Order: sequence, then C-alpha cells, then structure tokens
Amino acid sequence: MAEPIRMFTSKVVPLDAENVDTDQVVPARYLKVTDKAGLAEALFRDWRFNEDGTLKDPPFVLDQPGMAGRQILLVGDNFGAGSSREHAPWALTSWGVRAILSTGFADIFQNNSLKNGLLPIVVSPDVHQRLWSLIEADPDAQLTIDLAEEGVLLPDGSTIDFTIDPFAKHMLLAGTDELGYLLAKETELEAWEAAHPPRVDTLAGAR
Amino acid sequence: MTEPRTIVAKIWDDHVVTQDPGAPAVLAVDLHLVHEVTSPQAFSGLRARGLKVRHPGQTVATADHSIPTTPRSLPILDAMAAAQITQLETNCAEFGIPLHGIGSPSQGIVHVIGPQLGLTQPGMTIVCGDSHTSTHGAFGALAFGIGTSEVEMVLATQTLLQRDPKTYEVRVDGRLAPGVSSKDIILALIARIGVGGGTGHVFEYRGEAIRALTMEQRMTICNMSIEGGARAGLIAPDDTTFEYVHGREHAPSGADWDAAVARWRSLPTDDGASFDKTITIDANTLEPMITYGTNPGMGIPITARVPSPDDETDASAKRALEHALAYMDLQPGQAIIGQKVDVVFVGSCTNGRISDLRLAAAALEGRHVAAGVRLMVTPGSDEVKREAEREGLADIFKAAGADWRESGCSMCIAMNGDQLTPGQYAVSTSNRNFEGRQGKGGRTFLASPLTAAASAISGVVTDPRTLPGIEDLAAVGGR
Repeated sequence: MAEPIRMFTSKVVPLDAENVDTDQVVPARYLKVTDKAGLAEALFRDWRFNEDGTLKDPPFVLDQPGMAGRQILLVGDNFGAGSSREHAPWALTSWGVRAILSTGFADIFQNNSLKNGLLPIVVSPDVHQRLWSLIEADPDAQLTIDLAEEGVLLPDGSTIDFTIDPFAKHMLLAGTDELGYLLAKETELEAWEAAHPPRVDTLAGAR
Repeated sequence: MTEPRTIVAKIWDDHVVTQDPGAPAVLAVDLHLVHEVTSPQAFSGLRARGLKVRHPGQTVATADHSIPTTPRSLPILDAMAAAQITQLETNCAEFGIPLHGIGSPSQGIVHVIGPQLGLTQPGMTIVCGDSHTSTHGAFGALAFGIGTSEVEMVLATQTLLQRDPKTYEVRVDGRLAPGVSSKDIILALIARIGVGGGTGHVFEYRGEAIRALTMEQRMTICNMSIEGGARAGLIAPDDTTFEYVHGREHAPSGADWDAAVARWRSLPTDDGASFDKTITIDANTLEPMITYGTNPGMGIPITARVPSPDDETDASAKRALEHALAYMDLQPGQAIIGQKVDVVFVGSCTNGRISDLRLAAAALEGRHVAAGVRLMVTPGSDEVKREAEREGLADIFKAAGADWRESGCSMCIAMNGDQLTPGQYAVSTSNRNFEGRQGKGGRTFLASPLTAAASAISGVVTDPRTLPGIEDLAAVGGR
C-alpha cells in the first residue's frame, strides 16, 4: 500500500526524449526478479551504463551532478509506450521519482504508475514548452506538486492546473489501494456471479 | 428501440459488475492468463494479505518469456530465469491454478495457447500481465494487458477497475496483393497514426480486407494494437471465427455450442453505431511494410527510402528521427531494400503460429539461408512445433540452414539468452523494434514472415514479391 501523497516540492530532472518506451525504462533482462527490490539499478540501464557497468561519458541526465534526490521528471511526448511491465514504475519510484510531466502517457504505464504513488501529470503542448523553457533558464528551479489542488506551483508563484482521474486521486490522497476497494464489493460480485456462470473452466480435464 | 452499440460497448455492458458514481467500473474478467514474469509479485501480494485466487478455473498459466528455446532436455542455465519458473510452479500449485509449463504438451506463448486450447472465445473479457493480450481481440473478445497490481486484483477478485474506453474504427477496404499480409496492414496503420495514435481507445478492425483474413492473420493485426497505443483491438466474430473455435479442447460443445454461437452472432457492432475516431486504409494500395527506426511507428513500404530529418518540420520529430537513424546506422534517403542482415527471426506471439511457419517454409523450400546469416525459427507453442514437424516444415527449415528451436517468446523480448549482439541487424517477425529490444545494441527491422524468409535467403532486406511463384506462396497458410 502506497504512502499517501498530497504535496511535495522538488527540482526537476529533464529527460528530453519522445516516445520513451518501457524497454528503455527497464530493459527486459532485468525482468527476471521475483520481487521489487533493486530495480533502481535497472532504471534507464542502457542509456546510463556501458557494457562494463561504468557510467556513460558524458553521463546520462540521471547521473549528472545534482540530479540525485530529485523527484520530478520532465519528459517528451507519449512516455511509457510498449510493455505492461510494472517494473517500469517500480524502478522509477525506487530511484525516487514521484511525478512525471509530459503531454501524454501510454495507457498501461499511466495505470501502473497511479497504483504505485507515481503521478503521471499531463500538460498541454504550450505548458510543456513553458516548462522546458523554465528548466533551461534555471536548471535548479523548484516545482511544487499539489495533488489535492491539482496544480503545479512554479517559482514565479503562478500555477499550472492539471487534471487526474478523480478516483485515482482519491486513492492516492488516502493512501489506499484498489484491491481493498474491490474486496469491499463482495456482495455485488456474488450477485453478479450468480447471474453469470463462468464462460470457461480451465480446470476441465485437469481434475 | 435501443441505441445502436459497438461490439466494445456490448461486451463492456455485459461485464460491468457495479459502478460507484465518479468511480471506474468494476469489470468482470472471464479469463485471466498468467506467465512467469509479471506474476510473482502479485502472488506475494496475495500471501501478504492472506487472500486466495477467487476462480482458479478462470485462470491459466504458462511459462514463455524467460524460458530457453534450446532442447528441453538441457538445464536452464540462467539462475534467475530458473528461479522465476520455479516460483511460477510453486505459485500455481499453492493457489490451484492449471499450469501448462515446460514439459507440458500445451506449453507455449500465452497468446498462442489461449486460442489453441479454445479458451479464447467471442464476447469474453480477457486479461494478462502482458501488453500483447490484445491478440485475443481477433475472436471478438475485449482483451487487454494489465500491470502486476492489476494481476493481483484479478487473481483475488476476478474483476478489475476500468474506465469505459473510447472506440476507434479501423476500416480496411479492398484486397491485399500477393506477398502483402496482415502484418503489413498493422504496420501501415501504426506508421500512419504513430505509436501514441490509439491511446485511450480500442480499435475495431472492419472492412472487406479484414473479413477475408484467416483467424491467425487476424491475431497478427490485433496483437500489435498496443503498438499503435490502443490497449485493445478487436474484430467482430463471424463464421471464420466459429470454425476456428469449434472442436477445440475448451470450446463449448453440443447444445452449449449452438447457444454460444447464437450469443456470439449478436456481438457485431450495430448499424448506425458511432465511433470516437475513424481511419480508412485501402488494402489495394498496400505494399509489404518494414520498419527502419526504433519504434513500430517508424515504418515504410519496403520499396520506399528511409526518411530524412531535413524533411521533418516538427523539431521534436526531427530530433527523434535523427536519434533513431543514428542508432540504426542508416542514412537518410537510402533504400531499405538491399540493407545487410545478420539475423532473421521468425516467431513470437505476432507471427509464430503454424500458418506463419508454413509461409516461411514455403519460401525457403529448396533454397538456403545466405552465408553469414543466422535464421532462427521459434514456434509459438509446443503444439505448433509438433504440427510443423508433422508437416515437414521443420525439415525444410533445417535443410535451409535455419536454427529450429523450442517454443517461447525468445528473441522477441530477448530475456532468455536468444539475442542480437551489439550492432547486428535483424529482420524480425516480432512486434517491437525499440532500442535494445532484441539484445543490447541490436537493430531490428519489423516485417512479415514472407519478407523475413526472402531476406534470409538473400542476406539483405528483400521484397517478398520478388520470390519466385509469389502468387502461389502467398496462398499458403490456411486457418
């Protein structure tokens, strides 16, 4: 169960690339884990590390001085395309990322992120451009993400509004998860199941 | 008079258990497919909460992603992969889930065995912790990939929370020319709309060219819906669908079959139903497609030239293209035909079925793979492997110098040791050409089985329409 999120302030990691797919976020060879530990090491692995495990020169943006500890990632269009691997948000959150700003996210990645306390924040192309200009002008600019108010507070005191699925927002603010919500629907589920017999029996023939 | 509905709306309405105001729907799941990579943490979650699997009989598991495709008598050398597979066996035994694992005659890629066993049926909701779950949409099912948190929810409740999807009509009119396949239809669609074009939508593939496809060809198209950003893609069921399902192990039989078909016939989208988006593709003008870049949207007709960043007006698209061409080490404006190839991969949940292997074998019969090229053929399931061996396809592949493997995801995701080495070029019948997808530093050209076979013979990217007897070749396949 995720920690409740309400508001946090951080400098920004700018990752200037479009259509970043989940194979880049976590290469497939790191999917052999049976738990969620250690995935920060796999994050953007092939963009960060050489074959021998040393950092690229020049280093990838995550490994540049002053980037460690930043909680907000600013990325290009359509982030998170491809695989359904939840290892992608697990790796991002274990590195410390708590919010990603883009003009759009792939559906499954967005769903997976919201279940792990990682905010996929969609902004318009104009606002996106404004954020890039802001970070270019001041790489150490601090943003405050206010989930309750659905706003990003900029250093000049102005606010960028965003919208997030109201149900997901409620769950994030409360720090509860969807499984708990579903388990509480037992009565409705029993009624539905009584009226809808299973379409298949995968155990047939095995018993 | 009820409002005309799409097939998506009909399946959706049929599966909403309950919905609170402002909340997503609680959607019932008819079939949950499980594999070794995206499930271990979900089972751990169940244990931590003391939960059971609600309906093991609506759940089925296999091992496909991390398993070797070397002979099954050999041990699994990768300790982490071996541990993951052992964990799956433990989890399935503990929670009572049927497992078609290594050694089972029903083992195979999860999206190959569902249809093969007759578990995939029209009108169902089907989920799996795998983005290519959209494959099952070929049967007129609403099928989509989910994350591991959702896998846990479905295991525990046989439901998940979903927002009503938008619909996107993909109409493919006309007829495909010989040598042009369903793989080329889907690559052409994604090249037009881009990898994010279908985000938030479910594709419904319609039109004359779609109706003319066999079930396995339809699966190829639906499989890659996710590469166009759509979580799901489907095709309304028809007689082709019913014929494929009939008689399979888990298909309804007797009076149940008749009742099921009657129900399935009511699924197609009603006349007058509206879609949120529509696109039309003319099959008559399609050529074999191939990708040149690092996402499935970077595709061109095989006779076209690699695009130039100078022609891109959008700054970010220009930079993305420059980056992709640098990774692929291709020159703007160069022909893609004639590009050197090191490896050819035939297999995956996209093109690893028996009809795909028949096409590749027909092209290779009496010929040999070019010197210096490695052709790897990985059947999509153990049953596909046995069938290919019975039909003599395996002998044709071996005589042509190909590497005939055991079934699995293999070099599509390259997490089992089957991979490219840095800098190698592959023509691949799989679904993703992302950087490093088929091995760190590897470069992928996505294409159809016929294009793959033609390229393996010549050692360079080759238009399959130049194969001798292409008209007859293209008619091979069936189902």
